[in-house]
Amino acid sequence: MKRPILGQNAAQAALFFALLLAVPYGLPNEYYLSICILGSLNAVIAVGLNLLMGYAGQVSLGHAAFYGLGAYATAICTTRFGLPIPVGMAAGVTLASVVAWIVAAPTLKLKGNYLAMATLGFGIIVSIVFNEAVDLTGGPSGFVGIPRLTLLGHAFDSDRGYYNLMAAVLTLVVLLALNLMKSRTGRALRALHVSEKAASSLGVDIAAHKRFVFVLSAALAGLAGVLYAHYLSFIAPASFGFSFSVQLVVMVVLGGMASVWGSVAGAFFLTALPEALREFEDIDILVYGAILVLTIMYLPDGLAGGIKRLSRKLRRTEVDDARR
Amino acid sequence: MFAGAPQYLVSGLTQGAAYGLIGLGFTMIFNTTGIINFAQGEFVMLGGMLSVCLLGAGLPLPLAIVAACLATAAIGGLMERLTIRPLAGAPAVNAVIITIGVSILLRGGAMLAFGKDTVALPAFSGVKPILALGAAIQPQSLWVLAVTLALLAALKLFFSATIQGKAMLACACQKKAASLVGISVARMALLSFGISGLIGATAGAILAPITMTAYDVGMMLGLKGFAACILGGLGNPFGAAAGGLILGVLESFGAGYISSGYKDAFAFIVLLLLLFVKPSGLFGKAGVERV
Repeated sequence: MKRPILGQNAAQAALFFALLLAVPYGLPNEYYLSICILGSLNAVIAVGLNLLMGYAGQVSLGHAAFYGLGAYATAICTTRFGLPIPVGMAAGVTLASVVAWIVAAPTLKLKGNYLAMATLGFGIIVSIVFNEAVDLTGGPSGFVGIPRLTLLGHAFDSDRGYYNLMAAVLTLVVLLALNLMKSRTGRALRALHVSEKAASSLGVDIAAHKRFVFVLSAALAGLAGVLYAHYLSFIAPASFGFSFSVQLVVMVVLGGMASVWGSVAGAFFLTALPEALREFEDIDILVYGAILVLTIMYLPDGLAGGIKRLSRKLRRTEVDDARR
Repeated sequence: MFAGAPQYLVSGLTQGAAYGLIGLGFTMIFNTTGIINFAQGEFVMLGGMLSVCLLGAGLPLPLAIVAACLATAAIGGLMERLTIRPLAGAPAVNAVIITIGVSILLRGGAMLAFGKDTVALPAFSGVKPILALGAAIQPQSLWVLAVTLALLAALKLFFSATIQGKAMLACACQKKAASLVGISVARMALLSFGISGLIGATAGAILAPITMTAYDVGMMLGLKGFAACILGGLGNPFGAAAGGLILGVLESFGAGYISSGYKDAFAFIVLLLLLFVKPSGLFGKAGVERV
């Protein structure tokens, strides 16, 4: 039974990768490409956060912190300590994972609003440290001079090259998420979402599973963070604050909980939206808020749920037509 | 070692009273609807900004503040009608996202209507500090404490002596049972958003002479208020007020003795430590979970 599922995921992922690679041909200029790069960075975090929120049912309002930890760790390692870029990147992902591992044990005992508050508090503390530890992070004015990415002798110094790299990374992350959710671990996570007691009575180690998915989602956020730092070569604390944590949650919810593809769509949509609204100048924030409210009101299970419902409706009309 | 302690205590209590009021607003809505209203901080911002705006339009100060608070209460009610009620039955996380969306809308609207400047309200009764116990107390601090206490007393009275208040408590206790005895749960939800708007705006107006206000102050104030009511035990109005005071004092002492840059972090560090030790908050009862 396992084989065909994996095969199906691989085919979907290959199709997705081809689609991502085709996108630049449809774009009028380089500026849009940079938005696509940011979109795919956000998609990596959103897919990870969805594993935690959508599948395992644990809300995190502090995920921007892991993104920031990844970005700052690689920035500091590669500039201050003069370490090679791959080492910096590994350090970023590791730092995000280790911090998540430490924070997970006490935090994930909490439920609902208390869990939201604890993750939120954690995120705020980390972002305050980014702001205040000026010697290490450059403080509010930011960290400059992060080297652009060079891997195995290949310099990703054009937006095009970086976009292709991001397409590959995002595809791998999506494949990982799809496979994970169809695995034994994925089923255990879904089970504990529905009822922790029932899951644990069936032999699921609740604490270990929650911690695993929390660390995994933090590691993905850290990965996006290191890629972000080496793409922009400049980072500032404002990018890793509470607002961004909220945006990430909105991406997941808007895309559709427990839908990997929904998270990808939500991330790209919400990254592009402010850009699309830029011409309205100050009204853009209003429109952004209104779209958010209306989407949740009229598409309560997100874009993924909406599309599913629409296709079901269309199929039903087809059946009706056929009967007639 | 203890130089400045009375001063820190006074400023901490002042700020903490405001956090407590904001936390109280969260509690009102949480108790009747089970929703954490992330637009609560925006109610606080509206209270301050509308007061400043109405004062500028020529209204006398007391009238401007009352009008601003009533207008914010109306906005709160409108928010419930337009965005929360149609959601009935949706998962709680959707309702939370809606309130985040509304907070963005209110913040954006305030930016367009009032501009991006930081403004202040004149102190209600002068700025000549009162010297007591080695601390210089701003008259406005006394206003903040007095108004907070008065609001707490009024709420206590509302819950224990009026039929509406009791109906609201019943909704908090058991929604289905409340509706079975003829309480309109929907009307109680509307009322709770209105009262939350009123409380939040009051906090914003009394705080505006001390800390100044701008279209974007709502988020941090809202977060501190949320922290206050979690600290006190979610759903317990007097816990929220106490949580706010504790938070304000901790913050003030932390800023004074350790580092002002990390001021905002202290509150959250203490809160996290507390949650890890006693997950239901200081005054919250540990809930029994049904399987």
